[in-house]
Amino acid sequence: MASIWEYANPRKFIRTTDVVLPWVTAAAVLCLVVGLVWGFFFTPEDYRQGSTVKIIYLHVPSALMAINGWLMMLAASLIWIVRRHHVSALAARAAAPVGATMTVIALITGAIWGQPMWGTWWAWDPRLTSFLILFLFYLGYMALWAAIENDDTAADLTSVLCLVGSVFALLSRYAVNFWNQGLHQGATLSMDKKENIADIFWYPLLVCMAGFILLFLALVLLRTRTEIRARRMRALLARERLG
Amino acid sequence: MIALLIRDLKLALRAGGGFGLGLAFFLIVTVLVPFAVGPETGLLARIAPGILWLGALLACLLSLDRIFALDWEDGTLDLMATAPLPMEAIVTLKALAHWLTTGLPLVLAAPLFGLLMSLPGEGYLWLVLSLAIGTPALSVLGTFGAALTVGLKRGGLLLSLLVLPLYVPTLIFGAEVARRGAQGLAVEAPLLLLAGITCGSIALLPFASAAVLRVNLR
Repeated sequence: MASIWEYANPRKFIRTTDVVLPWVTAAAVLCLVVGLVWGFFFTPEDYRQGSTVKIIYLHVPSALMAINGWLMMLAASLIWIVRRHHVSALAARAAAPVGATMTVIALITGAIWGQPMWGTWWAWDPRLTSFLILFLFYLGYMALWAAIENDDTAADLTSVLCLVGSVFALLSRYAVNFWNQGLHQGATLSMDKKENIADIFWYPLLVCMAGFILLFLALVLLRTRTEIRARRMRALLARERLG
Repeated sequence: MIALLIRDLKLALRAGGGFGLGLAFFLIVTVLVPFAVGPETGLLARIAPGILWLGALLACLLSLDRIFALDWEDGTLDLMATAPLPMEAIVTLKALAHWLTTGLPLVLAAPLFGLLMSLPGEGYLWLVLSLAIGTPALSVLGTFGAALTVGLKRGGLLLSLLVLPLYVPTLIFGAEVARRGAQGLAVEAPLLLLAGITCGSIALLPFASAAVLRVNLR
């Protein structure tokens, strides 16, 4: 029985992703094209929001991946702390800029939608604020990776930062609720509510979310491969200098 | 343990320790604010709790890189690490020393600065109380940030980038206590949450700080 930990071997990881990556990329492109074209051109306009509602096809999936990107980093950091697999640490490092970009996309699309709807680009609403704070956490995490020269030290320190940061990001999320009442509507999609978004918007949104998840996956795999190769290159160069 | 605490306090208090620096910074921030927003008493009174909390937070941040930097440079930290004292105790003591030399003076001086900001009369008690409860969390969090960046050249800017997001919940609840207190509203809920954050930070963060310090000393 093959264990998941086999992929902790960088060589095995590279070999597997050689096969998987093109498929994931193709699936991401397909889902995004289908989802966005469907959402933008083949859904009716909302009777109150007009065509601005269509930004939901970018906003919701990117917000989803902004949060899940951090969760993925948290899981990878835990794996690094517990089992010390280098691929895991590199995957966490690779995910950070992607997650940060998703956060920025969510914030910007939100602002573009907020301008006609709420009449303002930015409001100190709990959800908006907590996303901004999440972005700051991403920035700090990436800055710490960049600042430390020794790879293992950097992996250790950033994984602890990720754990502590997760707790405080969560605390901030609920603290800002306390601090200001929101302008943002409640969750559009939830399992336990009767009234969700209408099916006609829901299906293309689902495709878009799948597309963003695949896109995130493809980018993280690609970046992890790059990190592995860069590290191997450094090791080879160091060996050459010694020999 | 006591000896270590006393040593740190002495180092901070004597010349070159930068003891009064945080206080002076707090004073300057408080003095600059009216220049920036205008001397109108009503406005100042309204923003006073927030500004005072922000000033205290920044003053606290200013002195963070001193927690470990000097001991790191002359190798004292390595000696402490090999001493029988557990690393968790060392970082807790460091945080305590930082709070005694930075947080506590800020708490004690806060009423005076409140006066400068024309804080309403009922606000003083809550301002001091919220700072007294909240600043230990700032010191403990800051010790974690200082432990993360101890080995780095030019760690100061990175330190603030790492620590300031962690300060958000403390700042929100602390400033909320002070604001509600100044307006004569009920303060129990934010006060309890603030105390909860402080207790949680003191209980858990020394382990994280000790872990990263061990990595940095490896």
